[in-house]
Amino acid sequence: MIAGFSFHRLYALLDKESIQMRRDRITFGMMLGIPLLLLVLFGYAINNDPKHLPTALVTTSQDHYTRAMVTALEMTGYYHFNHIVESAEEAERLFEKGDVSFVVTIPSDFARRVQRNDHPRILIEADATDPSVASGAISTLGTVAAQALLREQPAAAEAAEAMQGQLEVIVHKRYNPEGITQYNVVPGLLGVILQMTMVMMTSMALTRELERGTMENLLSLPATPLEIMLGKILPYLIVGAVQVGVILVAAKLLFSVPFVGGLGLLLAGVLIFVLALVLLGYLISTMARTQMQAMQLAFFFFLPSILLSGFIFPFRGMPGWAQLVGELLPLTHFLRMVRAIMLKGATFDTVANHFGALLLFVFAFAGIALLRFRRTLD
Amino acid sequence: MDHVIDVRGMVKRYSGRAVVDHVSIKVAEGEISGFLGPNGSGKTTTIRMMCGLLTPDEGEGTVLGLDVRKDSRRIRSQVGYMTQRFSFYEDLSIEENLNFVARLYDLHPVRDHVRDTLEDLGLTARRRQLAGQLSGGWKQRLALAACVMHKPKLLLLDEPTAGVDPKARREFWDEIHERAAGGMTVLVSTHYMDEAERCHRIHYISHGTLLASGTVDEVVSEAALTTYVIEGPDLADVMAQLTGAPGVDQVAPFGTTLHVVGRDADLLGETIGKLATDGFTVRPGVTSLEDVFIQLMAEPRETAA
Ligand SMILES: Nc1ncnc2c1ncn2[C@@H]1O[C@H](COP(=O)(O)OP(=O)(O)OP(=O)(O)O)[C@@H](O)[C@H]1O
Ligand SMILES: [Mg+2]
Repeated sequence: MIAGFSFHRLYALLDKESIQMRRDRITFGMMLGIPLLLLVLFGYAINNDPKHLPTALVTTSQDHYTRAMVTALEMTGYYHFNHIVESAEEAERLFEKGDVSFVVTIPSDFARRVQRNDHPRILIEADATDPSVASGAISTLGTVAAQALLREQPAAAEAAEAMQGQLEVIVHKRYNPEGITQYNVVPGLLGVILQMTMVMMTSMALTRELERGTMENLLSLPATPLEIMLGKILPYLIVGAVQVGVILVAAKLLFSVPFVGGLGLLLAGVLIFVLALVLLGYLISTMARTQMQAMQLAFFFFLPSILLSGFIFPFRGMPGWAQLVGELLPLTHFLRMVRAIMLKGATFDTVANHFGALLLFVFAFAGIALLRFRRTLD
Repeated sequence: MDHVIDVRGMVKRYSGRAVVDHVSIKVAEGEISGFLGPNGSGKTTTIRMMCGLLTPDEGEGTVLGLDVRKDSRRIRSQVGYMTQRFSFYEDLSIEENLNFVARLYDLHPVRDHVRDTLEDLGLTARRRQLAGQLSGGWKQRLALAACVMHKPKLLLLDEPTAGVDPKARREFWDEIHERAAGGMTVLVSTHYMDEAERCHRIHYISHGTLLASGTVDEVVSEAALTTYVIEGPDLADVMAQLTGAPGVDQVAPFGTTLHVVGRDADLLGETIGKLATDGFTVRPGVTSLEDVFIQLMAEPRETAA
């Protein structure tokens, strides 16, 4: 009578779960609120192409080439020269204290070399701790500097061309040489937001029943562990779908993240990822006895997911053991997949291995959760 | 299948302590069995083992002809179990809770079953109300209605009438008897003596050990207690005299009378005879089930076993 699988019973469970989900206003609001909040917060950091960043100028001469260069840099709007120092040491101190974001060093022989066409050089050091701060300022450098010199030395065309080839702007990105581009962040954010909300919500699935005392009744009703599991997780796929929609639209409208890959492929990948997450949450809820424990366990997975998945630190830059741990996190594989599809326009063949990894998580989590499910109150 | 419930030597231990200690219970088909015992004596634990919600550490037996160890899942789906603590969903309405149960039991058509149940309960008008907003007594009635919806052959009820008003209690028991007459078997735990007296048989458990089983009359006569009823003016004084006197195990005022109960009839008779009798009437009384239970509760485990 109870053996096997019944769609009737699954429907009963699904209906009950979705009603409860809708009635729980705070949680429901959180599920939609969190992605919006995170997006807006992160969005500002991303969208905000910071200007007028404090800059130290290291120079000893006051010749008009140097002045022209400084003016040109200030004209870009990115640099605000508020410290003029004479030695590299002084600049270094300012840098370390965080008083300046850039140090521009114009060597004392700069003017002479310009006049002699002898490889003039300037050095720009950028505090790349927060790469989004530095990237805009750096990307405009080369042309700006060259054009400034051209204006100062309206020589013959060929001389000017030679100049453009010869002016060397040396950029040192400090503290975070890898750098993460802003486009990396939004697709990553998609994964992080899903990881946070999906696992958190479903990790309460069974513990809530335990804490409210309804578990005793649920267990005495004829529902199989598989039906209970599906009844608990499937409603959250819909929540996940809404979140994905919100994030993708926002990525397009607010941050104009380029989207070169196939939407269908992306959504298929997201679906498998969300499935893995809700199953992970459900697995947690078979282990935790209270909602508090469930919350802590969810966080226990959340932190390494953020840190070791390649969201914050470039994956290949991490030590071997960290990469190993990273491989065991669904988010790692999702990030690779989503970045490949969204930014590089990867086709299924290219990302098939990521799909495979995510599917492996789905089956592993589901299997362990079903094994762990306690059919009794013992 | 001669007995609907036939379990032997059931043991459940929590951190080494046997909270149910070799309990054997038989319940015949169509019988209403009362399950009594003080708080924490192991009633709920025993019932949970019977319906497969707890795995017994020791013991064996059958429920509805199914092995309590191996067939616990089938047992669960065939009995109607009403939990002691309200365990339906407080954030679902009455109707939604019933829908949920009806669908899980595959009752067709769901709507008719739910409608009939709501009508029986008299909750049709309030069916949209959240279950959590019901008063305690109404929650009990909803829970009972939900667990009989699939017409189980065996009902396991854990204190179904706690907090229910007398009229609803009376109706509940009338209904239980009606269903029993129709062949349903019932095991019901309770703390109410009047309910115990409406059971065909009772089982009394204390500290996890079954101390008495049988019809009410059997249990009372097996206890072999002697009871006197004393009537008179200054009962408080008499009570003080009798408390702790030889042969006196219980003294309890009942309105204008005093019930004196003892195990040793001769000793008790002697003590009563020595009382200054002027102004009092002393007559032998009928030992009640409550007297027996109080006696059982008072006895230390060693002598009881
Ligand atoms: N999960 C558990 N873990 C540890 N001890 C437990 C557990 N469940 C019950 N107990 C203990 O087992 C004993 C029997 O409990 P049980 O709930 O069966 O008593 P009861 O007869 O139903 O009491 P009441 O009349 O108060 O409902 C109690 O001492 C209780 O503390
Ligand atoms: Mg109990």
